[in-house]
Amino acid sequence: MKIILKQVNLLHPEQKLNEQTDLLIEDGVIKKIGGITEPEFKEAKVYEMNGKFCSPGFFDMHVHLREPGREDEETVETGCNAAAVGGFTGVACMPNTNPDIDSAEVVRFIKEKAARHLVDVFPVAAATLARKGEAISPMLELYEAGAVGFSDDGVAIKSAGILRNVLEYSKMMDAPVIEHCEDESLAGGAMNESFTSTLLGLPGIPNVAEDLIVIRDIMMAEFTGGRVHIAHISSKNAVDLVRQAKKKGIKVTAEVAPHHFALTDDLLKTFDTNYKMNPPLRTREDVDAMIEGLKDGTIDCIASDHAPHSIEEKEMEFIYAPNGILGLETQIGLAISELVKKKHLTLDQLVEKFAINPRKILNLPVPKIKVGELANFTIFDPEQIWTVDITKFKSKAKNSPYDKRLLTGKAVAVINKKKMFIDEKMMEI
Amino acid sequence: MSLSSRHLLGLSGVPKEDIQLILDTARTFREVLERPIKKVPTLQGKTVVNLFYENSTRTRISFELAQKRLSADTINFATSTSSAKKGETFKDTVRNIEAMKVDMIVVRHQSAGVPQYLTKISKANIINAGDGLHEHPTQGLLDMYSINERLGRLEGLKVCIVGDVAHSRVALSNIYGLKTMGAQVSVCGPSTMIPFGIEALGIKVYHKIEEALKENDVLNVIRIQLERDAGRRIPSLREYHNYFGVTTERIEKFNKDIVILHPGPINRGVELSSEVADGPYQVILDQVTNGVAVRMAVLYLLGTMHS
Ligand SMILES: [Zn+2]
Ligand SMILES: [Zn+2]
Repeated sequence: MKIILKQVNLLHPEQKLNEQTDLLIEDGVIKKIGGITEPEFKEAKVYEMNGKFCSPGFFDMHVHLREPGREDEETVETGCNAAAVGGFTGVACMPNTNPDIDSAEVVRFIKEKAARHLVDVFPVAAATLARKGEAISPMLELYEAGAVGFSDDGVAIKSAGILRNVLEYSKMMDAPVIEHCEDESLAGGAMNESFTSTLLGLPGIPNVAEDLIVIRDIMMAEFTGGRVHIAHISSKNAVDLVRQAKKKGIKVTAEVAPHHFALTDDLLKTFDTNYKMNPPLRTREDVDAMIEGLKDGTIDCIASDHAPHSIEEKEMEFIYAPNGILGLETQIGLAISELVKKKHLTLDQLVEKFAINPRKILNLPVPKIKVGELANFTIFDPEQIWTVDITKFKSKAKNSPYDKRLLTGKAVAVINKKKMFIDEKMMEI
Repeated sequence: MSLSSRHLLGLSGVPKEDIQLILDTARTFREVLERPIKKVPTLQGKTVVNLFYENSTRTRISFELAQKRLSADTINFATSTSSAKKGETFKDTVRNIEAMKVDMIVVRHQSAGVPQYLTKISKANIINAGDGLHEHPTQGLLDMYSINERLGRLEGLKVCIVGDVAHSRVALSNIYGLKTMGAQVSVCGPSTMIPFGIEALGIKVYHKIEEALKENDVLNVIRIQLERDAGRRIPSLREYHNYFGVTTERIEKFNKDIVILHPGPINRGVELSSEVADGPYQVILDQVTNGVAVRMAVLYLLGTMHS
C-alpha cells in the first residue's frame, strides 16, 4: 500500500532535518522524500498534513503494563493502544508484574504479546530476583531474551553491595540499571514532606530520601564503570547531583515524568488520590529545577511512569490508595503545553527528549527519516488545543488527574511496523 | 443564627462567627448537663452514625452521649482494621450505611482526608472526629471552651501546645481555632516532634518547657503516643519527662498562673507528673464534660440546619 503524507514538516534533530515536504511510504518503507509525481499522488492514499510535524517515533522508557498479573488494570494490548493514541511507537515496560520480569520466560511472554502491535515493547527486567535485592537476576539470559535494562522499580536496589554486582554484571551488556531512587528508611509516606504535608496531616516522604539513593548510585556508577539511569527524578538536589556527575563524566542519565514538571504538591489539598504517586508531587522549587534540568540536558528524557490502577483501588482512603497515575495519553500534550509553549524547550529538544535520548540510553537504534528506512514516526500537531477526557482513554484504567484539563499539542498519528494509527483507527499500510 | 458550612471537617478556614456560635451554644448545653434530667428532644428522629475506623473509646463515648442527650438515634460502626484489608471498600461501607437513611456521620479514621472524601460520597452532614494527623475539630473547640471557661476570654491569650505536635491531630485544630479567636499559639517539644515548616503558620517554637511555661497563659499538653511510634523520636520516656514534663516544681518556679489542658488519656509521669494531673492548675476533667456540651452544640447546629 502506498500512502503520502502531504506537506508534512519533517523534524529530526540528529539528521539536522527540519523541512516541509511530501513523504511517500510504500509497504511501511520510506520511498520518496519530496519530488513526488502526479501519477504517484493519484495512486496513493494522500493525507493532508498542513505543516504538522513528523519526527522519529516517540519512545516512553518507563511504563507499567501490569501484564502478567493485573490484567484487570492494563494489558500489553491496552497499554500499547494507549501508547499509540498518545503518540508513542515504542515503550519499555517495568518489571514489577506478577510474576516479576525476572525470567526469560516472562520477557518472551511480553514480547510475544506485543509482537503484532504497532508499538514496540521492550521489557526492563528485574535487577534482582523478585526485586528483593538479595540475588542478581539472570541478566545475560534476560538480555538475550529481549530485556533492554534492569531495574527493581517500585523500590531502589536494596544495598550498595548488590547494586555493585548488578552494575558490574550489566557492563557486559552495556545495559542501564534503572533506579527508583528512594531510601527505604525514609520511605512510607503518602505525599511530599513539606509545609503542605504539615497542613494536611499526611505522612511525608522527604526529598532527601531520593537524593541519598541518587548520590549512592552515582558513586557506584563511578566506582564500577556501569551505567545508572535515574528513573522519575523529582527532587531539586537530585538534579544538581546528576548535573555534577555528568560534568565528571560519570555514566549517569535521568528521566522525568510529566507530573513532576507540571504539578505541585499543593494540589493534594483536595485529597484526590489521583495526585498520589511515588516519587510524590514536589514543590514549585523542585518543578523549576526539573524544567532547568530538561533545558540544560541534565535530564535526558521524559517518561510517563504510566501506572494504571483500578478505580476500586484508587478510590480509597488517601493513605491506603496505591501510588501512580496514567501518563501515556496525556504526556505529549503536557510537555508541549508546559515546556514548548512556555519556551523552555524547542521542538527539536522535545524530539530529543521523547524519541532520541531514550533509545540511546537503552541502546536501541533511532529511526531515521531516509529513503529505504522503515517508517517509524510520530506525527504531531503542537498547536492543537484539546480537552482531556478520561472516558475516551484507551488504557483500561482511568486514574488520571488531568481529566477536563485543556492541553495544547497532540499526536495526530503514529506509524511503525507497517501499521498506521490515525483518526482513531489502526490500519495496515 | 446558623453555621456557614453543613459539615465540620476541621477548624481551618472556619470563620470566627461560627466558632463563637458553637461555643455559645455549647454553654447552653453545658447548663443542660447540670440538670437532673439531662436530655432534650432537639434531634428526635435524626439518625447519627459513629463511623470509627480507629480505636478511640473516649471520643466515641463523648459523641454517643452527646447524641443521646439530644435524643438522636445512634448507630456505632467500629473497626480497627482498615477497609483495605477487610475486603469491603470504604466507599461500599459508606454506601451501605447511607442506604439506612442516616442524617449525620461522625467519622474517625487513620487517614487524613477521609472526612472530605465522605462529603463527596454521602449526603449526610459530616463531622470529623479525627483524621490521620490532620484535624480533630471538636477537640479544638472543647479546648477553647475550657480555656474560655477558666480565663474568661480567648483573645490575646498565649497558648502553647506541648508534646508530639508533629504526630497529633489535636495540634492543628487548636492552632487554627485559637488563631481565629485572636489567641497567640506556640508549640513546645523535642525537635523530632515539631512539624516541618510550622513557623510559617506564625507559630513560635520552644524546645525548653521552662520558657514555654514562663511565656504562656495556657499549656495544652498532648499525649506522647507510644502506639504512634513516639519511641523512635525520643530516647526514652524518662528523658522526655526530665526535659519536657510538666511538674509542680516547674510550675511553681516559672508560672503559678498557668492553666494546664490535656486531651487524655494521660501518661502519668511522662508529659504530666501525677501531682499536676490531679492538681489545681489543670482543667482536664472539665474538658471531658465540656467535650459532651461542645459535641452537642455541633450536632445540634448541623442537625437542625436547612440544607
Ligand atoms: Zn518507581
Ligand atoms: Zn515506575
